Amino acid sequence: MLKLTNVRKVFNQGTVNEKLALDGVNLTVEDGDFATIVGSNGAGKSTLFNCIGGSFLVDEGSIFLDNRDITFVPEYRRAVEIGRLFQDPMKGTAPHMTIEENLALAYLRADKKKSVFSRISKEERTLFRERLALLEMGLEDRMKQPVGLLSGGQRQALTLLMATLVPPKILLLDEHTAALDPATADKVIALTKRIVEENHLACLMITHNMHSALEMGNRTLMMDAGRIVLDIRGEERAGMTVDGLLEKFSAGAGKKLDNDRILFSKVEG
Amino acid sequence: MSSLLSLPVAISAFELGFIYALVALALFLSYSILNIADLSTDGCFTLGCAVGAQVAIMGHPVLALFVAMAAGVCSGYVMSFLQTKLGVESILAGIIVNTGLYTVNLAVMGFSSNLSLFKCETIYSLTKDWFGPDWYKLVVSAAIVVVVCMFLKWFLGTRLGLSIRATGDNEDMVRASSINPGFTITVGLCVSGAMTALSGCLIGQYQKSCDINLGTGMVTIALASLIIGETLVGKRTVTRRMIGAVLGSCIYRFVIAIALRLHMPTECLKLVSAVIVAIAIAAPYLKDRAVFQKRKLAAASAAKGGRKSC
Ligand SMILES: Nc1ncnc2c1ncn2[C@@H]1O[C@H](COP(=O)(O)OP(=O)(O)O)[C@@H](O)[C@H]1O
Ligand SMILES: [Mg+2]
Repeated sequence: MLKLTNVRKVFNQGTVNEKLALDGVNLTVEDGDFATIVGSNGAGKSTLFNCIGGSFLVDEGSIFLDNRDITFVPEYRRAVEIGRLFQDPMKGTAPHMTIEENLALAYLRADKKKSVFSRISKEERTLFRERLALLEMGLEDRMKQPVGLLSGGQRQALTLLMATLVPPKILLLDEHTAALDPATADKVIALTKRIVEENHLACLMITHNMHSALEMGNRTLMMDAGRIVLDIRGEERAGMTVDGLLEKFSAGAGKKLDNDRILFSKVEG
Repeated sequence: MSSLLSLPVAISAFELGFIYALVALALFLSYSILNIADLSTDGCFTLGCAVGAQVAIMGHPVLALFVAMAAGVCSGYVMSFLQTKLGVESILAGIIVNTGLYTVNLAVMGFSSNLSLFKCETIYSLTKDWFGPDWYKLVVSAAIVVVVCMFLKWFLGTRLGLSIRATGDNEDMVRASSINPGFTITVGLCVSGAMTALSGCLIGQYQKSCDINLGTGMVTIALASLIIGETLVGKRTVTRRMIGAVLGSCIYRFVIAIALRLHMPTECLKLVSAVIVAIAIAAPYLKDRAVFQKRKLAAASAAKGGRKSC
């Protein structure tokens, strides 16, 4: 269970560029919750993830993971329990290392007691091969190739696999399909659904696609100006349409949703 | 040509090539893999030489190798401490450590700028009878480089080694794998420092002397070797890149040997080195430019031809 209490984050405090990015966010994500997050540009969605992941410390408030206070735990330690994916497919993998080596590094999260001088074992290779095969991209036959040779979609799928190879307590997906072409994006979305379901992961997914936001997971959050303005689930969510959601947003935020990509995806969908 | 390169000249070029190859391998780790320009290399090299020389003078030439490496580890540690704990940028950290090491090295040498090893045993004098008078220095130097290469190859295949490689490739990804990049940088720089200092120690025993300015320009020379090797052998696998570093170092020594045979005054050698480095580093870029220019010319002439025809 992830719990944020009154989290505040201000960038460039005391300068003309001062920006209140998170304005007292309270959020509880239960085990097995899969919440989608939508919101206007600059609403603080990525900042929220950066605070949870530990990319920077919050100015006020606390973050608990399974009732353990992780507010001041460094990012690399949090990574044992928090898996992350970003919009940029280049961000999650080391391009000059092979697929197998990348997976081996991700697998380090499995067992902290393993000797640092041990090498990739046969069992691990078999495991990696099996998991890669599940992606259905033929990567299991390319384990000795550098990741830099893969397409963006393949890299993102691999990153997803790496983040969940050792199931994290919570998975944070920050528009992880936004940089992919529509067909590949659909594939990665399908993979995401399957992996999250199979591992019963708690998951937060930022998206600009209103349809995925309503269709995926069991909960939808909307953010604006550093606050969570809407949090729906259950029956209310089941009966919700994209237009209904936009209306609710306007009511909650007191203005129209300003996110060009969302509006674009609305026309598309 | 035969007069330019007699067998003894070739052998000594190889001897030096192998010994200095250790610095190229150190830079392979710090520069190519970790992406850190370690400017403390010069001082660290002299440190290895000075420490090794003192221990050899005490009568322990083999132990000297290990003590020198330990000194190199310390130098690498200070460098990484400045970087990862105090937030000093790597270039600056290198310059700072290098400056400090000058005094440290002088102190190790008993505040004299020269140490002579003529009266004491060295690992070379110990092995002289084993491999014959012409070859022993080459055999010993090559054997040490082979051992270091094998260690490095093994090390980079371990989990720790993989994390170090990933740190230079994508630091975010290392953090996401729950590894502290500060730790991997520290280990990498310590290992690299050990190799640089080992090289310095071997040179001291090889030349039977240690000089406070021995390491000056070392980082440039090692970089040149590394790049010559990368240009010739490519950088596809770790093994290839290590072979490249050793090969590059030997080629560099051959060029210097030939320059000396052509009666180039020794004072000019540093300039020759700088020119070689500049050429070696510029070569890949110039190659790209040449291809580009050729295509541009071809396109221009095609356009001209096209206009004429209409
Ligand atoms: N590292 C940073 N430094 C300064 N300002 C930042 C930083 N990261 C985000 N911001 C600002 O904080 C606000 C929220 O950004 P972000 O969380 O990225 O929004 P989004 O909801 O679009 O992901 C924006 O106004 C952005 O400019
Ligand atoms: Mg964002």
